[in-house]
Amino acid sequence: MTDAASVDAPLIIETERLAKRFGELVAVRDVSLRVRRGEIFGVLGPNGAGKSTTIRMLCGILEPSSGTGKVVGRDLRTEAEQIKERIGYMTQRFSLYEDLTVAENLSFYAGIYGVPRRIRRQRIDQVIERSGLGARRRQLAGTLSGGWKQRVALASSTIHEPPLLFLDEPTAGVDPVSRRDFWDQIHRIASEGTTVLLTTHYMDEAERCHRLAFIFRGELLDTGTPEQIVERRRLRAVEFDVDRATLAADALRRCPEVDEVAHYGHLLRLATRGGADPEAVARAVLGPLGIELRNLRSARVTVEDAFVSMVREDERLRAEPRAA
Amino acid sequence: MSLRVLVIAWKELLQLRRDRLTLSMMVLLPLIQLLLFGYAINNDVRHVPTVVFDQDRSAESRDLWRSMEITTFYDVLGEVRSYDEIARALRSGKAKAALVVSPDYASNLRRGRTATVQLVVDGTDPQSVASATSTLASLVSARSARLSTARLEAKGGVTGTTPIELRENTWYNPDLRTAVYIVPGIVGVILTMTMVMLTSMAIARERERGTLEQLIVSPVKQLELVIGKIAPYVVIGYVQMTLILLVGQVVFSVPFVGSPLLLYGLAFLFISANLALGLFFSTLAKTQQQAMQMSFFFLLPNVLLSGFAFPFEGMPRFAQYIAQLLPLTHFLRILRGIVLKGADFRDLAPELLWLVALLVAWVLLSSLRFSKKLE
Repeated sequence: MTDAASVDAPLIIETERLAKRFGELVAVRDVSLRVRRGEIFGVLGPNGAGKSTTIRMLCGILEPSSGTGKVVGRDLRTEAEQIKERIGYMTQRFSLYEDLTVAENLSFYAGIYGVPRRIRRQRIDQVIERSGLGARRRQLAGTLSGGWKQRVALASSTIHEPPLLFLDEPTAGVDPVSRRDFWDQIHRIASEGTTVLLTTHYMDEAERCHRLAFIFRGELLDTGTPEQIVERRRLRAVEFDVDRATLAADALRRCPEVDEVAHYGHLLRLATRGGADPEAVARAVLGPLGIELRNLRSARVTVEDAFVSMVREDERLRAEPRAA
Repeated sequence: MSLRVLVIAWKELLQLRRDRLTLSMMVLLPLIQLLLFGYAINNDVRHVPTVVFDQDRSAESRDLWRSMEITTFYDVLGEVRSYDEIARALRSGKAKAALVVSPDYASNLRRGRTATVQLVVDGTDPQSVASATSTLASLVSARSARLSTARLEAKGGVTGTTPIELRENTWYNPDLRTAVYIVPGIVGVILTMTMVMLTSMAIARERERGTLEQLIVSPVKQLELVIGKIAPYVVIGYVQMTLILLVGQVVFSVPFVGSPLLLYGLAFLFISANLALGLFFSTLAKTQQQAMQMSFFFLLPNVLLSGFAFPFEGMPRFAQYIAQLLPLTHFLRILRGIVLKGADFRDLAPELLWLVALLVAWVLLSSLRFSKKLE
């Protein structure tokens, strides 16, 4: 990543043991985050893990139950209103006013975010040009396709040129081509100096971020660059073809060194933990069963592997005390 | 095929069961309709609020208006001392009728001459007028007949004169044209309907489409959002009111006697109260459809109880209490008072107070719910 924020860039988000409780339920516990200016920062986690709650606290919409934090240099608790003015936030189901044109939608958000009247027009022209929306300027937003709607949504949430942009699952339900376009735009925005914090379910997207945070059951499990996160798990992976793939997978899963077995038709993808050699494990388990490994090759360990591994480990840790 | 029909019907029932609001409305709507129509709506107007201008102040005159009260068709609110005071009572809507007893009532009776009483009625409500006059007419004629017989027995001859004569005097709408009664009412009903429905739907629409969430995360203040959203509808409300009154004047020759300025000023309170109500509904409704349902649900008692379609005096006490809580009830009195009778600020002060109280209550209630909903 050439445009990665340098390690000594100033912090734009800084939280200390941020927590949110809704009655008995602890939605987020002790999240300490540091995000640097200019980063694309990805927050990963399954549904209900506390991602949206965390974002909502960072945006100053939800008051934390405990902990402290500063966003764009303003205090989360006492200066929430000032934070709102200085950030952009595209909600999970960002919706445009379908009965307004593209330009009218942009103009509305420009007004809401207090873009001064005299530069409003120029600013709108600018984002329309940059997002390639020129031909659709006067089109009703309701008649745009999903990908175009999303461009308008992104343009709307950056119309006031915020230094920090929050995107809550921005690409959920967007086709693969539009997703690529969208990521190009995010990188462009980041290269212009805007910090982007986004949540996502897509692991390929996670690898496009400069840094990641894993949130699970309201807790921050790990943060770091995709490479760091993968390395820390000490995972290794191989891929090979087998007959009787289901039988082979079941046998492998019973082995303690095996972290994850994924099934792709005749192809199995095996990841081992603790630095164990996956090839040796595969041969040791499948040899006695008379299952032959074909086309065995080592595979890259992905963020997805790390993520699944972390969640599984957490589940094991929770299950053990009950078993004992 | 028939099995599939059952499957679909079952699914529909399941969905309906989850939609508590629609379900409860389906049960409550017919019940309330039934109660209102069957019980509350009563075209036989009883308890017509009446003032008495007794210029004679004799035992005979007092006997007359006491007997009038006994019929239960009239509630005598008290005595007044001048026609001016009658006008004030009618303009403010406090009284719907006034009995005027001429100063020589008792002496005429004693001398065998014709004694006259006058019933002044508020013509802006033709239904009440009909009930009010017919009852008094039969009361007076019965009394008259009894006196005639007495005179005949006493003198043994034919006197030829009617002992008591009732003169009817209809003010404000002497021709008892229904349009005069209905048109100002329509202003109120239309305003209620559009204001409540438009606001509740406008906010439910933003919620349904997800744009509300986008606004919540923006620096927009809650108050800015609410005022910005409902201000256009205030303007629409004024346009509607003007339109109906103009067409009423041109097409139905409904007069406009009072001060437009006063009406437009007081209308602001009424419109605001309805908008606050719409806002309240919007906090309950998740979808536009629900908002629409609730608005219609709310409209029903407004039409039936406010005095728009049926005389207020014809309703039993409990229905009148409910009606007091509807802004429309008070605004109708203001409308008819100003448009048809030229009522002034002083006449309408009680209604004004009611409107303010309702407005404050709804604003408080809806802002409490609204902020909770935003969290």
